[in-house]
Amino acid sequence: MNEHPKPPPVQGLEIDEALLRGLTEARSSRRGFLKASAGMVGLAPLLAACGVAGTAASGKKNKEFDWTAWWHKQQPTTELVFANWPYYIDTTSSGNKHPSLELFTKQTNINVSYKEVIQNNAPFYAQIAPVLQAGQSTGYDIIVITNGWQLTQLLENGWIVPLWMEKLPNFQKYASPSVKSPSYDPNSKYSVVWQSGFTGIGYNPKLTGREITSIDDLWDPKFKGHVGMMSDNTELGSVGMLKLGIDPATSTRDDWQKAADVLNQQKPNVRQYYDQSYITALQDGDTWISQAWSGDIYQANLKGYKDLKFVIPEQGVMYWHDNMLIPLHAANPLSALSWMNFYYTPKVAGMVADWVNYISPVPQAQDYIRNVIKDPTVADSPLVFPTPSEYSKAHDYYTFKNYADYSHWNDTFNPIIQS
Amino acid sequence: MPYLLNLPSWIFLMVFFVIPLASVLALSVATGNPEIGYQYTGHVHEFVTAISTYQTQLIRSFWYGIASTVITLAISYPVAYWIAFYGGRNKSTYLFLMLLPFFVSFIIRTLAWEFILADQGLVLGHLKAWGMLPQSFHILSTSWAVIWGLTYNSLPYYVLPLYVAIERIDRRVVRAANDLYADTRHTFLRVILPLSAPGIFAGFLLVFVTNVGDYVNQQVLGGTGTYMIGSVIQDSFFTNQDYPMASALSSVLMLLLLVAIYLYARTFGTDTIQEYSA
Repeated sequence: MNEHPKPPPVQGLEIDEALLRGLTEARSSRRGFLKASAGMVGLAPLLAACGVAGTAASGKKNKEFDWTAWWHKQQPTTELVFANWPYYIDTTSSGNKHPSLELFTKQTNINVSYKEVIQNNAPFYAQIAPVLQAGQSTGYDIIVITNGWQLTQLLENGWIVPLWMEKLPNFQKYASPSVKSPSYDPNSKYSVVWQSGFTGIGYNPKLTGREITSIDDLWDPKFKGHVGMMSDNTELGSVGMLKLGIDPATSTRDDWQKAADVLNQQKPNVRQYYDQSYITALQDGDTWISQAWSGDIYQANLKGYKDLKFVIPEQGVMYWHDNMLIPLHAANPLSALSWMNFYYTPKVAGMVADWVNYISPVPQAQDYIRNVIKDPTVADSPLVFPTPSEYSKAHDYYTFKNYADYSHWNDTFNPIIQS
Repeated sequence: MPYLLNLPSWIFLMVFFVIPLASVLALSVATGNPEIGYQYTGHVHEFVTAISTYQTQLIRSFWYGIASTVITLAISYPVAYWIAFYGGRNKSTYLFLMLLPFFVSFIIRTLAWEFILADQGLVLGHLKAWGMLPQSFHILSTSWAVIWGLTYNSLPYYVLPLYVAIERIDRRVVRAANDLYADTRHTFLRVILPLSAPGIFAGFLLVFVTNVGDYVNQQVLGGTGTYMIGSVIQDSFFTNQDYPMASALSSVLMLLLLVAIYLYARTFGTDTIQEYSA
């Protein structure tokens, strides 16, 4: 409509009008912006047609597979790739050899590649889930996962190979009754326990001034600002329920809300919700009393912090298990079974328990440690070999039925930690 | 034909910028869970839930970000100024010495501060023994410990851009300012500070943006009531496996940071940046 003013002729140079317009106008014009947004809106129906597949469908398919035939077809191999948590197997003082694994190699000729790659259940699950969902091998033959949502998910999605029980006679013979058929894996169909632990209360009697006997002591206003609780919301929620006398394994959603309310009441007293570093705070004296794992207190005592004590409160402790599993498409499944069978003997379980100091799933390892290794500190410790009365106070965690269940638990307990 | 020369950079940007960004935005308008899969339904209710549930953590993260950036600037400026103006022959040595602690891993450095600031540790233990502080005083598990952790870990990211900007200032302008009757204070405020503005802006981008989204310092040094939005996103992603919520939170954080940077640029101006980038 308007005539663009003609550019003044430059000596010897005629500037094309269109070029001048391009040089002087803004790069992104209104027209360009509208085109881009039209393009994006046009993509939206295309995007709506796509989606990300869920795991439920493939889970069903994997479970209907004929595993007995599959196991019979497997050939023995001479390798084993074992993924585990750090500091979770006997290690020589130089730090790079594992006597139990070397004994295994000597007896069976299977070379073990031991990888301490698991730091936490959730990130490790996030690492292997896409691989397993794509139907590929994770590269591991044995993985060690704590009972919890990630373990339930692995089982629900059908990503774990059911164990061939005939090849595990030692498990039937030597395993403690408390690990033979856990609530999250009835009849140990998919997993065998590696080590277990109690989540109780750790405290320093010199700082608290008195002995601790009850979960209510975590709520004692005298310890305000010096109480440590765990940031893992399954641990936190479970201790809240134990305080109210509710058994977490059979709890309902109303019970969870009651536990959340009582935990919110505790909040002004809590110094911090810790991950595994609660033990540093106890050692430094920043916290006087804290939720604690049995093995950590034992190892702190060995490191020189002899003041710290672990107590099983009168309301009970939570009893967790780290389990050995064989993921789908493992390259050496028979070697994995061979190791599991080898582990469930007093000798090997004793070698490992003597170093790891968590609860061993083989009770007869206690005699082995006392008589052969001659280590009465470990053999007599109730933190490694609990007595029956202590086992009677042990509670199992709530096993989540599906994602909605898990989501509800998170929505109930996360606000306490996150606010 | 000339556009083909751009192809490598286009591919790089597509793979490392556009596609991840588009995935996050797409997932934030999806609904579903890991069992039934995700459908891109275009519902924006995740954004509404994200902002309303976590507004405390968002505001808190921005507060920690601003506080740590300002303190970092206050500490870094004298260091960069001194090295640039008075470093002389040994400038690179001084820079290297300043960077040396940061060769150690981030986590170890943060854990070291947990050790130093412990209630009965190196610093507080002695002060309490001499009666200068009450026994119940503690730095760890407070917001200031988190802000200090953020500050300490951001120091090299502010010192280096500031050093580069101050280094470029022509020394003759200081002489010229003196010739025009400016004392040291005026020289600094009216000449050197404005000329180093591009460095301040560059450092601000690096430090503020990373600190707002941080999630490690809070875990090691913080307590109850110091939870940051970065930790919320991490929980949402790994523990809750609520990918739409995690993507929505990430998108909200990104948007708020863009707004904050835009406001900063408008207030303090970016004309000088284009000059200095030439």
